[in-house]
Amino acid sequence: MGFKRVPQKYSASINEVTIGVGEKAIKLGGENVKPLYSFDAEIANAPKVGAEITDEGYDRTVASLAAYYEGCETIADIAKKAAAMPGADFLAVNLEGADPNGANKSVEECAAVVSEVAGAVDVPLVIIGCKNADKNTELFNKLADLLQGKNVLFVSCKEENYKNVAASAGLAYNQKICAESAVDINLAKQLNVLISQMGLKPDTYVMNVGSAAAGYGFEYVVSTMDRVKDAALAQNDAMLQMPIFTPVSSETWSVKETIVTEEDIPEWGSRDDRAVQMEVSTAAACLAAGSNAVVLRHPESVATISKMIAALV
Amino acid sequence: MALKGLDIFKLTPKTNCKECGNPTCMAFAMKVAQGAVPIEKCPHMSEEAKAKLSEATAPPMKTITVGAGEAEHKLGGETVLFRHDKTFVSKTMYGVWVCEGCFDAKIDAIKAVDYERIGERMYVEMLNCKFTGDVAKYVELVKKADAAARTVILDCDDAAAAEAALEAISASKLILNGANASNYAEMSALATKYGVVLGVSGANLDELHDTVAALENAGNKNLIIDVTGADIKETFANAVEVRRAALKNQDRTFGYPSIVNLHNIAEGDTAMQTALASVFTLKYGSIIVMDGMSYAQALPLYGLRQNVFTDPQKPMKVEPGIYPLNGADENSVCVTTVDFALTYFTVNGELERSGVPLNLLISDAGGYSVLTAWAAGKFSAGSITKFIKEFDIENKIKSRTLIIPGKVAVLKGELEQNLPGWTIVVAPNEATGLVPFMKDYK
Repeated sequence: MGFKRVPQKYSASINEVTIGVGEKAIKLGGENVKPLYSFDAEIANAPKVGAEITDEGYDRTVASLAAYYEGCETIADIAKKAAAMPGADFLAVNLEGADPNGANKSVEECAAVVSEVAGAVDVPLVIIGCKNADKNTELFNKLADLLQGKNVLFVSCKEENYKNVAASAGLAYNQKICAESAVDINLAKQLNVLISQMGLKPDTYVMNVGSAAAGYGFEYVVSTMDRVKDAALAQNDAMLQMPIFTPVSSETWSVKETIVTEEDIPEWGSRDDRAVQMEVSTAAACLAAGSNAVVLRHPESVATISKMIAALV
Repeated sequence: MALKGLDIFKLTPKTNCKECGNPTCMAFAMKVAQGAVPIEKCPHMSEEAKAKLSEATAPPMKTITVGAGEAEHKLGGETVLFRHDKTFVSKTMYGVWVCEGCFDAKIDAIKAVDYERIGERMYVEMLNCKFTGDVAKYVELVKKADAAARTVILDCDDAAAAEAALEAISASKLILNGANASNYAEMSALATKYGVVLGVSGANLDELHDTVAALENAGNKNLIIDVTGADIKETFANAVEVRRAALKNQDRTFGYPSIVNLHNIAEGDTAMQTALASVFTLKYGSIIVMDGMSYAQALPLYGLRQNVFTDPQKPMKVEPGIYPLNGADENSVCVTTVDFALTYFTVNGELERSGVPLNLLISDAGGYSVLTAWAAGKFSAGSITKFIKEFDIENKIKSRTLIIPGKVAVLKGELEQNLPGWTIVVAPNEATGLVPFMKDYK
């Protein structure tokens, strides 16, 4: 008698968006099945994993990161080392230091960092802005010009600054952009509609529908992604068919479980281990819920998640 | 899948005897279909028809109870594939894989992870005892596992060894995971004799389906399906296919909870096990067996599970009270926000990062976020004042400064009136602004 299989393949599919140029360029999306359901139909492009560095390079208080980057003196060295992490498909530069509430680095300082990085690596580049939308508008404008021809992804534009970012990075400089909304399918769709009305083609932008570290309201992430993928595939909603791009590390490296030192809570054990497990758990859950790309900081996380993707897809 | 009125009508005697209180059998059938009257109201319904009906109206996935007393857990009983469609009901259980050789080395670490998070006890609920060939040693292992007050899973396809183990700890409602296509009759007899749940596995989904069907035909419906395949890919496919068949495609044969054994597909790779456990927590693992459970693994996994298995209609709440942070004492400043768990965790995290000693006051705001609670009148000058009186804050804390969320800055004036002697300070709108704000404030 056996088991009657009912493969769930959809006629609609997720948009395919290319980041980077040349041999190492990557494609996000393109699948016509639910996340990681490779048993229903072949998944056009496996989800991608990015290695993240910041404008300062990396967090020197994390011993295992310091060990990995040992001997790196310039930001170019660090970028090369990060891009060489086994399993990394792209390199993300997080310009968190540009935040006016933080180090408030100038656009010129950030541009210097980014051009050094861009000169050092040939993998696809993703630029992650700071928490301040206005500053990001300025930053992205300058960097999109600087990185012309490299097909870079700018993360993210929000409701506050999508017009400027879409017009400059997206239309004027032909880069890719990421539309960010806060764990709500309607907000995600609305921003996608607004961006498409600016004249951006469906294959030129991706979306970050919001994220959280495991344990920090992750149910909203799951349900938003579940519903977005369902609308995109089952209902053929063209305004939700953008690939999902999730900067996981920015969330997981700022929660208590990752920050607290071993001296403060001895029973929790090594901080490095906690940082990796939190990053790995959150990334795996994001991928299972629908992310087409995740960004991670620790080489062990990058290796584990890329290995898991290879095993599943 | 609910039966239509016409389908039920076909099962009635069609005599219009009115004994059920309805004018016709058709009217009765329509009411049964709506769930307005139970089928038992008809005295003439045959047993066969009743059985058919209860079969049709039975939940698509059975709820299986394992363990006893403190270690009792419910598995399965799910009705939806995605939590936003309704809610998930039975949270994933985590187990650790143990054997004779490694039990003593593992048990202390297993017991060390035992803590509370938003009212829920987080610990390793199950111990998966692997049979490796020596019956006497296996019985010893199982006894030790049972003594650890965890639900025991007998990972054993040898009937003699399983019987010896069951005899040794027959009082616990454990799981005998060992039935397959070649031994299911024998194993099922054992499971029935000792009243335990039987785990079924198969070389592939077809064989698994046939074995479960054969067990059901033999009358055993107290089952768990072991979806672990030869590798990661097959295991994930099995977990999804089994659950989807039961909930979406009305295949009752697969309507049982599942067990995923990560030891078999990712042995020794801790980070990979964390990643896979996260995937299977979302996608349909009722029990996940791992090689171990350190705090580093437990913190994200249990947090994830708590998130995913919350009812979307009921917000997660933290207990109202005083939460001293960063070594605060009675002289430390007071900060208040709502009891919505997500708000609490975000605000709590940022406040801890600021390093400034303070007393975080959480009042009952119905589990809503700041603006929603304010709009609903659950987070107001009145509710904050009431909380300060009821919890006797003025005698417990000497500081007379209260920092309120920026989004409810409008409450400042009224609070100053309500709480004479207090200074009300307005914090930034977003939690992300709290670290610089608290540092400046200090």
